[in-house]
Amino acid sequence: MSNRLKTTFAGVEFKNPVVLASGTCGFGRELNEYFDIERLGGICSKGLLDHPHGGNDGIRIWETASGIMNSVGLENPGVDAFIENDLDWVNSKNLVNIVNLGGHSLDGYLKGMEKLNGVDLDILELNISCPNVKSGGMNFGTKTEVAREIVRKIRAVCRHKMVVKLSPNAENIVSLAQMCEEEGADGVSLVNTFLGMAVDLKKKAPVFNNVYAGLSGPAIKPIALRMVHQVAKAVSIPVMGLGGITTWEDAIEFIMAGAAVVQVGTATFMKPDISMDIIAGMERYLEENGYESIEEIRGIL
Amino acid sequence: MGKVQSNEALGEGFYLMRVEEKNNARMGQFYMLRAWETYPVLSRPISVYDADEESVSFLYKVVGKGTELLARLQAGDEITLDGAHGNGFPDLADKKRIALVGGGVGIAPLYLAAKTYKKENPQCIVDIYLGFSGKTVLTEEFESVCDKLTVNVGGFVTDDIDPAAYDAIVTCGPTVMMKVLYNKCVKSRTAAPLYVSMENRMACGIGACLVCSCRTSDGNRKVCKDGPVFLGSEVFNIE
Repeated sequence: MSNRLKTTFAGVEFKNPVVLASGTCGFGRELNEYFDIERLGGICSKGLLDHPHGGNDGIRIWETASGIMNSVGLENPGVDAFIENDLDWVNSKNLVNIVNLGGHSLDGYLKGMEKLNGVDLDILELNISCPNVKSGGMNFGTKTEVAREIVRKIRAVCRHKMVVKLSPNAENIVSLAQMCEEEGADGVSLVNTFLGMAVDLKKKAPVFNNVYAGLSGPAIKPIALRMVHQVAKAVSIPVMGLGGITTWEDAIEFIMAGAAVVQVGTATFMKPDISMDIIAGMERYLEENGYESIEEIRGIL
Repeated sequence: MGKVQSNEALGEGFYLMRVEEKNNARMGQFYMLRAWETYPVLSRPISVYDADEESVSFLYKVVGKGTELLARLQAGDEITLDGAHGNGFPDLADKKRIALVGGGVGIAPLYLAAKTYKKENPQCIVDIYLGFSGKTVLTEEFESVCDKLTVNVGGFVTDDIDPAAYDAIVTCGPTVMMKVLYNKCVKSRTAAPLYVSMENRMACGIGACLVCSCRTSDGNRKVCKDGPVFLGSEVFNIE
């Protein structure tokens, strides 16, 4: 493999711009049984809270036309258990280790951040956009001025490179991204899942206990692409693009729309090593079209 | 990639599919099956009905789009098999009397279980109890691998079993059926452990996504990786 796919994001070097999205790959161990995860550019951990959390009750997954809806609700072992059991393993791998931190309250975010400040990792992905947590997550991430407080307070203490993960359910995703830049974020990642709903006709009731849940997969790709394009035009910090990326063509589209790095999420459920196909396809495209570097096509649209 | 050898409709939406695939699948494990490219997004977790070194068989019921597509497969078609996943049923070689209790399509993994238990300990008694809501399927096959087969149509198969008559009980079926059986075991004060094979909607099937989590006395466990087989007391004796 050549160096065509090599790229730099906020000063962090990626051997290729393909990262597995938070919540779809655990901490990487399971997928490492299917392929060598060191072939990835990076990996985003399952969203962590400062404490262990059991997640949502009831149905957690539902298929839709060209997509899935999930309502896992930030089930996670907690930052402490992650540090004790998984962090060293991920750090020992030659790929960018992105750790996703969520919260139920400002205090929770700060506590989680304090613990993660004490360890090594490559990038912190601040999740202010989880739609499945009633008391936090997306609630922080839909209004720019509410989100500003949390981004400012975490930025003030975070000693790592920090990327803020944005919700497509935001009132104005462009102003949200601009705010992140103003507050000193090193980058933004977008989009998280779209809030959706499903109904069980037999029970005449919502499928999900939380009523609403997060839609992902190819169904959201055109909207995610549009949002990445708008945000990349409006900020000068780098953008990680995600939302329904399933093929190498999808990935190239996001790069052309302005993303420096792309994340693959739902597609991994179709084929555990689909990210390997995406990387190979991107490399081939660059070669066949005479590009020496992926950066030559970034943001050309 | 496996090759479908046969895919036979058994009535009531049940199908038996045999796939040519080298494997070392054990009783109670499952595969993620997929016979389409992109949609539906998710593969389908289907438990192993029977297996030898060269082939795996699946007894499944058409309940949605994915199983509908599986039902259309014909001999010679290709299918993606990912597995075998899960812990499978426990080794019960030290037990003299074993009951296997299944309801609906949950009967599927009990065939290989009976065969395996009989093979590992030919002296042990293996009785099978099957519950159907309508027409029965594969009862002759089940009868051929056990000491006594009890079939219940339209009623409660849990009414037919005396837990005190066994040293171990294995069950797979609707959660409500397994819970009734668990309560019956508790009430009978039997010392026989009850092993339940849980079913849940899955996304990844390999323990990465936490979609199939199940509350247990030991905290959340992944049905796909920590299970699907748990002790009845782990999943039903919780607050």
